[in-house]
Amino acid sequence: MESIKDKVAIVGMGCTKFGERFDVGGFDLIIESASEALEDAGIELKDIQAAWLGSSGFSTGQPLSHALKLNYIPVARVENACGTGLEAIRGAAYALMAKAYDIVLALGVEKLKDRGRGGGGAEGETGKGPQPSYGIQATAPGRYALAATKHFATYGTERKHLAMISVKSHHNGARNPRAMFRREITVEQALNAPMIAWPLGLFDCCGVADGSAAAIMCRTEDVKKFGFRDDFITVKALANSCGQGTGKNREDYDFLHWEETYRASQQIYQQAGIKDPRKEIDIVECHDCFSIAELMCYEDMGFCQKGTAKDDIEAGSFTQEGYERGGVAFNIGGGLKSFGHPIGASGCRETYEIYKEIQGKAQEPSRQLKNVELGMAHSQGGHPGNFVCNMALYGIPGK
Amino acid sequence: MVGITSAGAYVPIYRLARGDIARVWAGGRGVAVAGERAVANFDEDTISMAVEASIDCLKGIDREQIDGLYFASTTAPYREKQSATMVAEALDLRREIFTADFTDSLRAGTNAMRAAIDAVKAGSAKKVLVTAADCRLGALQSEYEQNFGDGAVAILISNSGVIASVEGSYSHSNDIIDLWRTDTNTFVNASEDRFSVTYGYLENVQEGVSKLLERYNLSPKDFAKAALYAFDARRHLELARNLGFDAKTQLQDSLFNTVGNTGAAYALMILAATLEEAKAGDRILFTSYGDGCDAYILQATDKIGKLKGRKGIKGHVASKLPLPDYTKYLRYRSLLGELALAGEPVATINWRERNWSVRCHGSKCRECGKIEWPIQRICAYCGAKDNYDEVRLSDKKLTLTTFSKDSLARSVDPPIIVCIASIEGGGRFYAHMTDRDPDKVEVGMPLELTFRRLYSKDDIHTYSWKMRPIR
Repeated sequence: MESIKDKVAIVGMGCTKFGERFDVGGFDLIIESASEALEDAGIELKDIQAAWLGSSGFSTGQPLSHALKLNYIPVARVENACGTGLEAIRGAAYALMAKAYDIVLALGVEKLKDRGRGGGGAEGETGKGPQPSYGIQATAPGRYALAATKHFATYGTERKHLAMISVKSHHNGARNPRAMFRREITVEQALNAPMIAWPLGLFDCCGVADGSAAAIMCRTEDVKKFGFRDDFITVKALANSCGQGTGKNREDYDFLHWEETYRASQQIYQQAGIKDPRKEIDIVECHDCFSIAELMCYEDMGFCQKGTAKDDIEAGSFTQEGYERGGVAFNIGGGLKSFGHPIGASGCRETYEIYKEIQGKAQEPSRQLKNVELGMAHSQGGHPGNFVCNMALYGIPGK
Repeated sequence: MVGITSAGAYVPIYRLARGDIARVWAGGRGVAVAGERAVANFDEDTISMAVEASIDCLKGIDREQIDGLYFASTTAPYREKQSATMVAEALDLRREIFTADFTDSLRAGTNAMRAAIDAVKAGSAKKVLVTAADCRLGALQSEYEQNFGDGAVAILISNSGVIASVEGSYSHSNDIIDLWRTDTNTFVNASEDRFSVTYGYLENVQEGVSKLLERYNLSPKDFAKAALYAFDARRHLELARNLGFDAKTQLQDSLFNTVGNTGAAYALMILAATLEEAKAGDRILFTSYGDGCDAYILQATDKIGKLKGRKGIKGHVASKLPLPDYTKYLRYRSLLGELALAGEPVATINWRERNWSVRCHGSKCRECGKIEWPIQRICAYCGAKDNYDEVRLSDKKLTLTTFSKDSLARSVDPPIIVCIASIEGGGRFYAHMTDRDPDKVEVGMPLELTFRRLYSKDDIHTYSWKMRPIR
């Protein structure tokens, strides 16, 4: 199995303002992120030879071509629930590695707010889909909360620890002009907010937003040939772990970890040769759809021991200040917490944040970290016991 | 000897003080009737309540031996489509049984009992389960809104292992418009109640009882108990007095003040309560009313003690939660509008998945022995393909592993308590918790399974199992 490490480069990226974009349509979001990416890469649309559209709501590759008037080139529409954005990048990267194309576009987009959609699928399941494995209604927070309850009961984690995660993410997002929510919150505010799905309150949950992000990619060996800038980043590893969905019928699933995240991170570390993620990786943009999701990432990605996340949260290990003390910064961009979660866009948006941090171009100077060389993106769809997880590791070429 | 070989009952956990209903209508017709009434939870209907009563009745009895199921109600969930079939599926009975619905009369319960007795006598069946349930709506502001209660009962009719033998019976039919409802009526219509009571209830039951006693040459003093259908508490006493039964020693409590008038299930529920207290040799007079009268002479046998260990009427009446207010009652009965739920037509899915969703079967792997619910064709533990036995899990106890209180999910009674629980003897269950106080849910609490209506969409009712704190 050939490693993808450093073989594929991201040479241009774009990201829309995320939020309630009632002012624009889905095509406008595509145009907004693609235009920034093309300008950033210094190329034109006609230079794109193939594209990957990541969206859960738009079917077929046509919306991308319709919006951008692509020149009858191949467009694949991919969907992997909340992992969709990273799935688009994964597809594009492997096509480049296969030398099927030279310059490609991966774009994630979602337009959720037009449908007046509530957070986390308020409808719940009513037995639809090919195999209605569980005919019960529960929302995304209702399902994630199952793990919070268990983590509390087993490890003594408290609601305040989850609140501290949200406080940190809002602190970061408040300084990100592209974010949906740009206001700092306090632990007290988080603890006193309305309950959504006990023990998860309002500030434990991310919002629902419209947004898009895009990446222009080529093989690393061709960067110079095509005249791209030299501050490109390379793909170090790509992972996908598709769970069996048996967490609700297997007695040995403990609701204390995300197996798919663990498995995907192991794929990443193996491909990239990472021995100690806490020492080697600088930033992680993780799928913090709920505060408990980020907490599990600390543990399951190996940044701390199982059950000890609360100690690191109290120590501020994963904050900007923690990074400056030699730690790891989680969701320095603000995370889903600040951006909301336009399903197909989030993975590409995480990649954008890592790209900018590595280049030293964070949109606001106070959020720019020093010497970022390696950043990991993480998206997972589904719910505890039933995830599909996509991950990617990016960095400075050769390092 | 044909008779009753077992009996079980069900009363929903919620009770509404009748004074709380009256208070809403105060100043108009808001006169409080004494006591409280049972109110079915929002996820209950006559099918689910009949399943509960039947499970109680069949405790310790091999379900494979049941060869008939009669369901009686005036408020079956469907106008066209049998309900007995769904009750039989949920009870995990054999496919080769005879099922029938008895309906349209408050006498439907004892009509079904009569048909079961006749079937056993005729030799066409050995064990017939008769279950009756009702969830009737009295018109808003009317005394019937307060009088009615929700509940269910089940009796097993057979000619072996009889706990109460049928010693005599009498029936007559009488056409009268006293309480009635058409296809399009939400609430039960009622004639002037002095007319209904005088020429309907009292005249018919008195006629029935005197003809029955005359036929078998018995008098009121020959009976240990009179289990009499009650129009309401006051008329129940009036009937007993007119018949010559001593209200203190012979008259079985009508459950009117604790449960309410449960329609087609009512007479049989009073009978079930009588049997719970009966001693061997007790002779029991039993009557129902509705479009005529069914009257029975029953006698408890020396096997009457076999009823013990069931929750029955007594256990269910004692196990209750107060319904906080009248608005909840209106919401539970969809009188403030239906809750809109997303979803797709589910007839095919409900049919295809019925073994795990309705029969509550899990798969037990023949290779590694692990149990999974829902049924898994490929074992999640050892990977064995299509090599499992189906096992019934609905009668197992559970322990709560983890939970959440989902206030975002649409529900008539938020928050939805989302639960993961471990099943005694192996397996894991994922379902909502019902009949619960959200403030008293904790990891490790013991739970049991209960058959409920999950949701209704496109006029299709979807049923499956939920968890509840042990009642």
